[in-house]
Amino acid sequence: MKSTLKRAGYNKVQRQMNDVFIQFTSKVIFLIILLFSVNLFLAGHYTPGGGFVGGLLAASAIILLLMAYDYETVKKMIPVNFHLMISLGLALAIVVPTLLFLFGAPFFTHQHTYVTVPVFGEVALHTAVIFDVGVFLTVAGTSLLIVTLVGGTEK
Amino acid sequence: MTTNILPMLPIILPFIAGVIMLFIGKRPIPHRMVSAVTGLMMVGIAAFNIYYVYKNGAMVTFISNWSAPFGISVVYDMVAALLVFTTSLVMFFVVIYSFQSIGYERERYYYYPMVMFMITGINGAFTTGDIFNMFVFFEVFLLASYVLITLGSRKIQLQEGFKYLVVNIVSSNFFLIGLAYLYSVTGSLNMADIHIKLSNYDGSLAIMTLVAVVFIFVFATKAGLFPLYFWMPGSYSAPPMPVIALFGALLTKVGVYAIARTFSLFFTSDTAYTHQVLLLLALLTIVAGCIGALAYTDMKKVIIYNIMIAIGVIIVGFSMMDYAGTIGGMYYLIHDMIIKAALFLLVGFIIYRTGKNDAADLGGLIKQHPVVGWTFFIAGLSLAGVPPFPGFFGKLYIVESAFDNGHTFSAIIVLLSSLIVLYSIMKVFIKVFWGEPSEPIELKDIKSDKLLFSAIGLVIVSTVFGLSADFLFPAFEMAAEAFYNPSSYSNYLMGVE
Repeated sequence: MKSTLKRAGYNKVQRQMNDVFIQFTSKVIFLIILLFSVNLFLAGHYTPGGGFVGGLLAASAIILLLMAYDYETVKKMIPVNFHLMISLGLALAIVVPTLLFLFGAPFFTHQHTYVTVPVFGEVALHTAVIFDVGVFLTVAGTSLLIVTLVGGTEK
Repeated sequence: MTTNILPMLPIILPFIAGVIMLFIGKRPIPHRMVSAVTGLMMVGIAAFNIYYVYKNGAMVTFISNWSAPFGISVVYDMVAALLVFTTSLVMFFVVIYSFQSIGYERERYYYYPMVMFMITGINGAFTTGDIFNMFVFFEVFLLASYVLITLGSRKIQLQEGFKYLVVNIVSSNFFLIGLAYLYSVTGSLNMADIHIKLSNYDGSLAIMTLVAVVFIFVFATKAGLFPLYFWMPGSYSAPPMPVIALFGALLTKVGVYAIARTFSLFFTSDTAYTHQVLLLLALLTIVAGCIGALAYTDMKKVIIYNIMIAIGVIIVGFSMMDYAGTIGGMYYLIHDMIIKAALFLLVGFIIYRTGKNDAADLGGLIKQHPVVGWTFFIAGLSLAGVPPFPGFFGKLYIVESAFDNGHTFSAIIVLLSSLIVLYSIMKVFIKVFWGEPSEPIELKDIKSDKLLFSAIGLVIVSTVFGLSADFLFPAFEMAAEAFYNPSSYSNYLMGVE
């Protein structure tokens, strides 16, 4: 963000910008937002939420970091290739429903089962989660890619 | 099991191919291989699907196993089967054509994945049985087409791409509004279910007519009907040739398909008004297209205005909504998808070879390229609808239906438009291939074996289609039945409820 401002001719503003507060709080808030996005993502099956909202929220957490620090620092913190993230998300979103043909049901018919895990008790396993991970990755990757491209910080 | 997977494959395959290419990264040669192989596979599967639908009737699959009026259903009837087959065929030839024409830089920046995603959207719009899902697939192929029209970032592309973007966003919004109206009237989004609900509909006719007008506005914008074609000649001449071929052959036809589908299934109560409006717009489109086709000597522009004439003719057939009219409409729709792609590819070859867009600057090309010249001649005859070629059968049925319904004037306009089409395309042929150029032309040395393979291949496909029109007639009869007898389309709901 700083480098963008500098290129746009905001040297003076940049010198006056006091980053301490936003950098400190964003480090704390980042984790909270990320946890909340995971919570929303997992809530998605029966209650409002899901991969799309979760992905947007996760992206907004990273965008908060981008605002507080600059692109290079964030890249060092979270070394993820957004292109690969989108490809992986799309692949999960198409391959999982396609593979469900093997169960002999129509396209996109998800399968689920219940397993008993020692500490948590009975846990539902659902293929829709894998599909939703794909949505999550695609949405987060796309919004981050758009923000970094419009910000002009990615080479 | 087979009916679960077969109707989905034309949507899944190009999507998977696109994703694979995204993983491969900016390497054009593997991209070419993946897209060509996908194209071949899709042609094979679509051909098998036609056979399967012909033997067993429409394939229906309920996505996620939600039963019909509630979930999304994919209805792969004969109309969808024929259109998907033609789409796959055109896509395959255009992809082969792109190898030597689109340019290395565009190939690196994900040209082929975008083509694949666009085909996903187009096939989805053809096969879905849910009107909201159709809107979603419209957005899918429009998003990909925004990328294709601006890819390369030449000034003209950005300028026309922006126009295209604004026009389509506005019309998509109206699509959504129309859907909301329709849903508030019927309480359903499944097209077959809406048809059943509306056939027992005793509410106000005014609201249905309003919905019909909103839908005409939306699909007329996408298809390029008369008052709303203003964006088409500009936007379609901006991108490189293979993209124009894809757009001209496929995108406008999706709009035509949507008009045919909605006006046969939904708006059956007040046909005296809605279908008359459609007929009037179609005739005006033909006239406007004729004026454009006569006015220009720019080869791209001539063919783009010919798209408008063809769309007008198809809509005349569908606005009759009887047996002969819809068979003619189907024939002409399929014919036009193939021959428009072929003509764009041929013109593209001439443009790449000579570097000139305007037919008036050219001449005497028949000495260097006799095969291309005569192929162009055949394609021109086919476009105008001279008997052994497929355009003839479509026009025959459309004109017959127009006379039967007492629309003598429309029939005469359709017949006269054929003459103008023939004149406009022969004018291009004579200027480009005969005579002597006003100033000597420097022929560029380009690799052209794949260009010629695609262009001539499509003309051969069109000719074979014309010669086998009689053999294919039962399939077209079956396809047309979904339009003139819409209850045959909504039959699949009977088994479910």
